[in-house]
Amino acid sequence: METEKRSLSKASLATLIEQLNGNGAVVIGPQKKDNLVVFEPLHTLAEMTDEYIATTQSPKDVAFPKIERLFNYHVTQFFVDQEAPVKNYPEVVLIGARPCDAAGFDSLTAIFTWDTKDTLYMERLALTTLIGMSCSSHDANCFCTSVNGHPGSTHGSDILLTRMGKGDFIAEIVTEKGKALYDKYAGLFGPDSGEDKTKYLTEVPVKFDVAETVKKATGMFEHPIWLEQSLRCIGCGACAYVCPTCACFDIQDESAGSNGHRVRCWDSCGFGLFTLHTSGHNPREVQSQRWRQRVLHKFSYMPDRLSLVGCVGCGRCSRACPVDMNLSEHMVSIAEA
Amino acid sequence: MADFEPKVVAFVCNWCTYAGADLTGTSRIKYAPNVRIIRFPCTGRIDFMLILKAFGNGADGVIISGCHPNDCHYTSGNFHARRRWMVFKRLLDFTGIDHNRIVWSWVSAAEGAKWAQIVNNTVEEVRQLGPYENYHKAALKPLAKEVNHG
Amino acid sequence: MDDIRKKAKELLESHAVDVVIGYGEGTAGKVRAIFPRKAEDAEKLIFDGRCEQNLAVYLLKHEIKHMGKKAIVATTPVMRSILQVASEYQLTQDEVLVLGVSPEGKYVEIADFAAMEAYLKTQDFGIPAKDKAILDKLEGMTLEGRWDFWLEQLSPCFKCYACRASCPMCYCTRCFVEVNAPQWIPIAANELGNVEWHLLRAMHLAGRCINCGECGRACPLEIPTHLLTFKGVEDVKEDFNVVAGTSASMDSLLSSYKADDKETFIR
Repeated sequence: METEKRSLSKASLATLIEQLNGNGAVVIGPQKKDNLVVFEPLHTLAEMTDEYIATTQSPKDVAFPKIERLFNYHVTQFFVDQEAPVKNYPEVVLIGARPCDAAGFDSLTAIFTWDTKDTLYMERLALTTLIGMSCSSHDANCFCTSVNGHPGSTHGSDILLTRMGKGDFIAEIVTEKGKALYDKYAGLFGPDSGEDKTKYLTEVPVKFDVAETVKKATGMFEHPIWLEQSLRCIGCGACAYVCPTCACFDIQDESAGSNGHRVRCWDSCGFGLFTLHTSGHNPREVQSQRWRQRVLHKFSYMPDRLSLVGCVGCGRCSRACPVDMNLSEHMVSIAEA
Repeated sequence: MADFEPKVVAFVCNWCTYAGADLTGTSRIKYAPNVRIIRFPCTGRIDFMLILKAFGNGADGVIISGCHPNDCHYTSGNFHARRRWMVFKRLLDFTGIDHNRIVWSWVSAAEGAKWAQIVNNTVEEVRQLGPYENYHKAALKPLAKEVNHG
Repeated sequence: MDDIRKKAKELLESHAVDVVIGYGEGTAGKVRAIFPRKAEDAEKLIFDGRCEQNLAVYLLKHEIKHMGKKAIVATTPVMRSILQVASEYQLTQDEVLVLGVSPEGKYVEIADFAAMEAYLKTQDFGIPAKDKAILDKLEGMTLEGRWDFWLEQLSPCFKCYACRASCPMCYCTRCFVEVNAPQWIPIAANELGNVEWHLLRAMHLAGRCINCGECGRACPLEIPTHLLTFKGVEDVKEDFNVVAGTSASMDSLLSSYKADDKETFIR
C-alpha cells in the first residue's frame, strides 16, 4: 500500500499508549534501566525514554524469545507423553524500534521461513505491530546506510514516527497492519502537517559499498584477514545475542524426574561448542574460523541464499563487544583488502 | 506447619556414614523417614553443584556427611571436602541461599546412634524453617520472563 | 610509554619475541587489545588510564598461545593472572616476557617470574572501594534480601559467557556448563540456571580470582558478576590467608588442604 502521512502529538502518543494498554495489548517500549536502555512493557509515555541511539538488546525477542517452550513431556515406563503448551500470544505493539531494528525482522523472517516455516516465530510476529522511531542522532558504531538502510527508512515498520526536535511527531502509516492500528485509534492522529521528515533525521556516513564488499568477501575464504581481525575476539556470545538478525538457536530438554519440557533458546556461532561434533571433531576449532563464519554468513551466504544482507548496521554488536570488535571497521578493511 | 514433612537429601560417603547408617538400621534405632540417602565413594567426590541441584529438585534440607578427619578411606578426600565447604558456605550465604538448611557432619561407621541423631535433628530444624519456598519458586519458573511479558 | 614502545620494538626486531600483546586505540576513545608482530607496529602501543582490560586472557587463547614467544604489557592484575595460571601449569616462564607497567604508567623491567613476584610484593591490590561498598551493603542485608538482589540482578543474564571468556582463569577446554550427560546447568538462560552458573563459576574461581573485575566490565548487560568472585577473594583471605596470583608455585586453594583447617560448623 501507499504510505500515508499523518501527525501525532506527544499528548496523543501518551493517550495511545494508555488506550492500547487498556485494550489488552502488551505495549513494549524503550526504558531506562540503570545505565542501559531496554525494551520493557510500557504502561505510560512517561516511562519511555528517547535517550538512546539503539537499545542494548534488539527487540527480536518479541518474535524470537530468549527462551521458548516447545512442549511439555511426561515420561512413563513405555511412553513419552507430549503436551503442546497452550499458545497464548498476546497482541503486542512495539514502540520505539529504530529503522535498523525494524529491518532486522526481514532477516529473521527470511531465515525462519526459507524452508520449514517456523510457525512459532510467524505467529508471534503476526500479532506484533511495529511503531518505529526514526533517528535524530547516531554514533560511531552505526552503519545502517552501508547496508541498504537509512535513519528515516520506513522499511519494516508498520507505522514510522519521526520526532520533530523535542516536539510532536510525523506519523507515516506504512503497511496494512499499521493502517489497521491507525483506523482503530484514528481520533488520536492529526492530518499530514506537511513537514518533511528529512530535516529531523541524522546523517549516517556510508562506510563501505555493501554489494562490492559482499562480492569481495565471498572470494576471501582463505585470506589471512580473518585471523588478523579476530585475534582479540574472546569467543563469547554477546554480539549474536544483541543482534537483531542473528537467529541461531539450541534445543534443550530440561526435566525434573519424569516431567520436563523442551525449549528453544539462543545460541551463538562464536562459541567453541557450536560446531563440535560428537566424534570430537570440530570443523571450526579456532576463533578465526568462527569469526570468518560470522562475517561470511551475514555478508556472503545470506545474500547468496536469501538475497538479503544479514546485517542492518545497528552497531549493537560493536557496542556490546567487550573487546571492541567493531564490525563496520572490519567490513571496511575487507572492502580495502 | 504441622503437616509439613520436610524432604531432606543426604550426601554421604560409602565407607563411614553409609556404613554408619547401616549400623543404625541393624541396631533397630528408629529415625525420621524424611531422609533420602545418596551414596558417594567419598565426600571429596561431592560437587558443590549437587547441593544446589538437591534444592532445585525439591529438597528442603541437605545433609552432607563423611569420615572424620584422618579417617578418610582415600586418605585426604574429606580434607578437600572440608575446605570446599568452608568456602562454599560463605558464598551461599552471600548469594542469599539458606545454609541453615544444610547440615554437615562427620559420622563414622561405628556411629549408628549419631546418624539417627543427625537425621532427626536436621529434620526438626528444617521443619521449623518450613519448606524452602524461595528456591522452589525460582526452580518452578524455568522460563525467565517469557517474551510478550504475558 | 615510549620506553614500552622502544622495548617492544627491540624485542620484535631482534626476534626475541614473535608477538607483543598490548593496548591500542579503539573505536571512538575506547581501547582495544593489539598484537604487533612487526617492529613498526609497536608504534601503535599505548598506555593510559583507559587501559583496564586484563590482557592475560590472550596468553592462553589457542591462536595466540601457539604464535611462539609472547611479550605482554602487564599491569598488576595481568601480572597476577600470569603467576596464577603459571602456578596451575598452564604457562611456562620461557613462553612469556613481561613488560611491566606501574599504576602510574611507568615501564617496569621484569626479568622473570621471580622478579615479578618481588615486584608484586611492593604493590597494593585490594578490592576497589566502590565494590567494597556494595559488598558491605549486601552483607548488611538479610538472607532473603540478598536472594532477591541476586535473582533480580541475574535474571537479565542471557548466558553469553562474556564473563567467562574474558577471565584469564577460565581456560578449561570443557567448562562445567558444557557437560551434557547430564546437562547439569541449563543452557537456556532461566532465572535459577543463571544463579547456578554465576555462583558456581565464582566457586570455581575461589582462591584463583585476582580481582581484576574484567568479568563485570565484559558483561554487555552490566551485571555486576565480579561481586561474587570478589566476595570469594575476601573470604579466602580471611579464612585461609590466601591471596591468588602472588607466586608461580603456590598451591591452589581448593586442590590442597591443611590437616588443621579450622571450621566451626561440622557436627
